[in-house]
Amino acid sequence: MAVMTYREALNLALREEMRRDGRVFVIGEEVGLYEGAYKVTQGLLKEFGPQRVVDTPIAESGFTGVGIGAAMVGLRPIIEMMTFNFALLALDQIVNSAAKMCYMSGGQFNVPIVIRGPGGPAAQLAAQHSQSMETYFYHVPGLKVVRPTTPMDAKGLLKSSIRDDNPVIFIESETLYNVKGEVPEDPEFLIPLGEAVVRREGTDVTVIAYMGMMYRAMEAAEELEKEGISVELVDPRTLRPMDTETIINSVRKTHRCVVVEAGAGFAGMGSEIGAFITEQAFDDLDAPVERVTGANAPMPYARNLEKLKTPSKDKIVAAIRRVCGANGS
Amino acid sequence: MAKAVTRSGRPSGLGVDAAVARQLLGDMFLIRRFEEKAAEAYALGKIGGFLHLYIGEEAVAVGATSMLRPDDYAISAYREHGHCLAKGADPKRVMAELFGRRDGLSKGKGGSMHLFDKSTNFLGGHAIVGAHLPIAVGVGFAIKYRGGDQVIVCYFGDGAVPEGEFHEALNLAALWKLPVLFLCENNRYAMGTSTERALSQTEIWKFAETYGVPGERVDGMDVLAIREAVGRAVARARKDKTPSLIEADTYRFRGHSMRDPAGAVYRTKEEVEREKLRDPIVLFREQVVSAGVLSEADVRAVEKDVSDRVDEAVAFADGSPEPPSEWLFTDIYKES
Repeated sequence: MAVMTYREALNLALREEMRRDGRVFVIGEEVGLYEGAYKVTQGLLKEFGPQRVVDTPIAESGFTGVGIGAAMVGLRPIIEMMTFNFALLALDQIVNSAAKMCYMSGGQFNVPIVIRGPGGPAAQLAAQHSQSMETYFYHVPGLKVVRPTTPMDAKGLLKSSIRDDNPVIFIESETLYNVKGEVPEDPEFLIPLGEAVVRREGTDVTVIAYMGMMYRAMEAAEELEKEGISVELVDPRTLRPMDTETIINSVRKTHRCVVVEAGAGFAGMGSEIGAFITEQAFDDLDAPVERVTGANAPMPYARNLEKLKTPSKDKIVAAIRRVCGANGS
Repeated sequence: MAKAVTRSGRPSGLGVDAAVARQLLGDMFLIRRFEEKAAEAYALGKIGGFLHLYIGEEAVAVGATSMLRPDDYAISAYREHGHCLAKGADPKRVMAELFGRRDGLSKGKGGSMHLFDKSTNFLGGHAIVGAHLPIAVGVGFAIKYRGGDQVIVCYFGDGAVPEGEFHEALNLAALWKLPVLFLCENNRYAMGTSTERALSQTEIWKFAETYGVPGERVDGMDVLAIREAVGRAVARARKDKTPSLIEADTYRFRGHSMRDPAGAVYRTKEEVEREKLRDPIVLFREQVVSAGVLSEADVRAVEKDVSDRVDEAVAFADGSPEPPSEWLFTDIYKES
């Protein structure tokens, strides 16, 4: 194990996979000479050269299509979105081309691409640069959607995504790039897609969260521990395909569930998780599944309003108390 | 017919031998006959959804493909039966796909708009206008990445030109020098919108100059003219990866799709009749016979052979079972 930042873990995953497989290349805006808007691709141009670290003009739909075409004939592109908000310009390529190619061609052509970059709330980036974009993608059959919370997950899941034969949407977070953690140095260390992880064991309530919300939920859990509420934290890690089994097993144990997500709640991740828990474990529930979500508003710029937009630790604590029948809120 | 010869710039002789003439004529007949039968099957309810016929435009796909190697790639939009057949796909499996049957190229899951044939490097079958142009650039990128000398021909209509992806794709192919041949089939109407109503620059080939690549306009009803223009572009692409833009002046004799059978709302009957005088199959048939490259009997034999093959394709598609229910959930992801 080595201690490194989330950013370094991603960089290491890219390097290892590019060394391992000559078909893997990185393409996107400012990935080469500038070394990445968020420096995730730092040093790659020097090690692999401009043929494999390809700077593009600002043409998201164009270069995403380029990646898809290259993947159809056997290469394995990693497409960087400077931020995932820009992926909306490539949404047609991702949804109509990448996600459907295998199906439409009866399995003749698959599209092994990873589309990666930061998404979700950051620091005063306002409405167009702060969206939790996973909701746009996990609805689509044919895509896989990953949101890695820790440096270890960032490395292990990115490597698995690169080796996957299907299009993978891999959304990082600006707020996590400097988070440090232990990361295995073994170049064969992989975390399989579609496996959730229990980050904290508990007995009274299951809290499901990922990315920045997982860190906030962890603080909430530690606070509630002092009040005698034992919180189990489950991180889905892959949102599609989702490891429903781990979540259901946890809910069967605790009988209560709170889902935390940064994005606006309407038809969000919590809606889906709440629905399948109700379908599969209704009789196990002692309380309705509760959601703590981002406010149903665009992201404001003003610091005070921004704070209100995203779920706070206090809101998570209050929701957990409610489902546990504890008073106070 | 002297006019047609002038158009393709050949002062004397056709420049093709009997074998090539037979192949060109046979492939154009095949596409025409195939689609006439498909239209019949549509009327009988055996084909559903959208069915966009290529009738009238056959010279483009056939002329272009005749200048490619089997390991070259082709990609197209949703009016792609002709491109797929010209590239060498088995008509039986193409028809079965149109019928939505299990022996179709895409197991019946793609349909008329999503024909793919890996065995002939035919990469689809894309029904969002303009979207396959960047994909073609990606294939060109992969060819160059691997150090190969293949090319990709990317067919699209005039309707794709106002899309941003046309411009992104041309810019990227030119910027990176990729072996992509952008072959615009200008049939003058994007569905019902004429080029005059859609484009500030209706001479599409001139966009080549904007992006600094070779471009030319060619008579899309003259299969030999297409061969010459595509031959030049393919040679450039093989030699030094130069992309090209060719605008083929063509015309669809039928409507936009079977739901617009005559295409009569947005164009006049007189215009359609006038354009039918440029029928690429009639013209080439007359050329080869009058030049003595093929005899009338040769031509009839080709027609008969093609007609039989299409009948076989229809019978094959009719006899192919529907895909089993469990195929609803296969091929969503590639199993590793």
